[in-house]
Amino acid sequence: MLEIKNLHASVEDKEILKGIDLKVNAGEVHAIMGPNGSGKSTLASVIAGKEDFEVEEGSIVLEGEDLDELAPEERAHKGIFLSFQYPVEIPGVTVTNFIKTAINESRKANGQEEMPANEMLKKIREKSELLEIDRKFLSRSLNEGFSGGEKKRNEIFQMAMMEPKLAILDETDSGLDIDALRIVANGVNKLRNKDNAIIVITHYQRLLDYIVPDFVHVLYNGKIVKSGTKELALELEEKGYDWIKQEATV
Amino acid sequence: MDLKEKLISSFLAFENNVDLDHPVHEVRSEAIKNFENKGFPSKKEEAWKYTSLNNLQKVDFSIFPKEESTLEYKDVKKYFLHEIDTYKIVFVDGVYSSYLSETTHDGVDVCLMSSAFSKPMFRQVIEVYFNKIASKDESLTTLNTAFSKEGAYIYIPKNKMPKKPIQILHLATGNEAALMLQPRNLIVAEDNAEVQIIERHQSLTDNEVFTNSVTEIFAGKDANVDYYKVQNDAPTASLVDNTYISQKDNSVVRVHTFSFGGKLIRNNLNFYQNGERIDSTLKGVTILGDKQHVDHHTLVHHRQPNCESHQDYKGIFGDSSTGVFNGKIIVDKIAQKTDAFQQNNNILLSDRATINSKPQLEIFADDVKCSHGCTIGQLDDDALFYLRSRGIPKKEATALLMYAFANNVLESVRIPELKSRVNKIIANKLGVRIGFDL
Repeated sequence: MLEIKNLHASVEDKEILKGIDLKVNAGEVHAIMGPNGSGKSTLASVIAGKEDFEVEEGSIVLEGEDLDELAPEERAHKGIFLSFQYPVEIPGVTVTNFIKTAINESRKANGQEEMPANEMLKKIREKSELLEIDRKFLSRSLNEGFSGGEKKRNEIFQMAMMEPKLAILDETDSGLDIDALRIVANGVNKLRNKDNAIIVITHYQRLLDYIVPDFVHVLYNGKIVKSGTKELALELEEKGYDWIKQEATV
Repeated sequence: MDLKEKLISSFLAFENNVDLDHPVHEVRSEAIKNFENKGFPSKKEEAWKYTSLNNLQKVDFSIFPKEESTLEYKDVKKYFLHEIDTYKIVFVDGVYSSYLSETTHDGVDVCLMSSAFSKPMFRQVIEVYFNKIASKDESLTTLNTAFSKEGAYIYIPKNKMPKKPIQILHLATGNEAALMLQPRNLIVAEDNAEVQIIERHQSLTDNEVFTNSVTEIFAGKDANVDYYKVQNDAPTASLVDNTYISQKDNSVVRVHTFSFGGKLIRNNLNFYQNGERIDSTLKGVTILGDKQHVDHHTLVHHRQPNCESHQDYKGIFGDSSTGVFNGKIIVDKIAQKTDAFQQNNNILLSDRATINSKPQLEIFADDVKCSHGCTIGQLDDDALFYLRSRGIPKKEATALLMYAFANNVLESVRIPELKSRVNKIIANKLGVRIGFDL
């Protein structure tokens, strides 16, 4: 589904990603771990098309199409979804109106009619139940005054509504207490299927107890320095990142 | 002949058409003398540093429209807030249009200044209120006072409230190559009265229009006044709006100013708190492009203890547009426990756009809470990326962020249809279609 080859990306002439190779197939969950400043969030932003980053070399291909020239919204229309580490507050725009706009813009871009109102309502009801979201929450301004946990839950709610092919969860576990983490992870697991793929970016193993990855990659200094299965995450939890750093520098 | 000379010589012709024995005429005569002495303000004056009227003074404006123009309602319907039932006071080229208006004397008076000046039943109100808070030396105000003859007259007696909101609409047909208009409005809400007013100036062609408007608003004890100014005029229309508001104990007055169009707009909005526990609110959204210029000069004069004022102005400036915000707050020594809040936030969308923002606080009391803040920035790139990553195209995402930015001001509009109308004007202005009402 997604194939990243030799990806180099920089911001203001500072190279952050220094040659990333990553292949994600439909139905898979990949975890990307690594110490602070290793380039995890940059990788997420570059896949989603953030224009602050310059792709110097390499390619990102989704289902055979090179994403290089595509704007963030066009990538969204093709089924890429990024759950933000720090979702932005938009006063005056309710969660419901925002998600309706987002869905209909994607439908429009894909040559589909707007989603009928009753179908939209049904879907909103269904997905908000999945994430144990209160009805009142949906008529609040997007992310305004939301707690950290509410923001993250709202991100996954948007993911559930938009049904992306590829979802990237950037530090979705940060700021979540254990109950919220369970709800969010449970939501993500229910959205997993053989046709979509998920990249989970996290600093800690904790989230991976709930969203069990098929593969784990360790990002350090802009490169994937180690890949393995879920056991690698446990090893990192136990031993920290220092041994990875040492291995990488050798 | 420049505009000042033309105006002064026109005053003689003006006198042929008004009642020279009416006490108001003395006020007019005094005012024209003041204007003659002072003339138009120049950029040398601190208050006019960033707004120049020089170009306007070179235009050969007609001071009195030559003929009465008639307009079909269907042709101007879109300038009315027609979604709800309202009283309407409509002027076409400065002349009252009874055909387009709906006035009333049913418990409240919603009619014309010309009637108020001429009919004995209004004389007492005129004597008590007319030109009592309007400045006697600000030159554009005195110019308006000199030519004061027509405008909206709204009188709400004690404990009364009109059945519906009131619209004041000034239409300019373009029958004159260049037309100067000087409407004069008087609005009195006696104790515990309530009223909602929407005002709009609209030029229907590309011919030049210069409006110099003066509005006096008196709010009695416990009165509640909402005043909405919709400024979305043609690119050849200029407006100087002088509004003076006097408030008594426990009254609430809110003025919202929506400035989206026109060539040059100057808003002089002055609040005088003449009682205790008063609430004054001044809010504005300004969205400009091209070479448009909007200058908001506000004054809140806290003259009594225990009062509040809230100012919140948001500005978005694109292309080569320029904005000015000058917010003056005076707190007299006696006005202890004043709570005065002022905020002015601006977004510059282009390198060529300019905003000059200046708070001006003169505080003579020692037990007060005065806060002010001013920001000038660009649209938040991270927020834009967030919206775009959800599939919302750049233009629409930008518009949504602007809505969000202006939301504080929009959410306090108490007529839902007006709020929705303003949203539509904003969407048009930004060239986007948002699928829902905010």
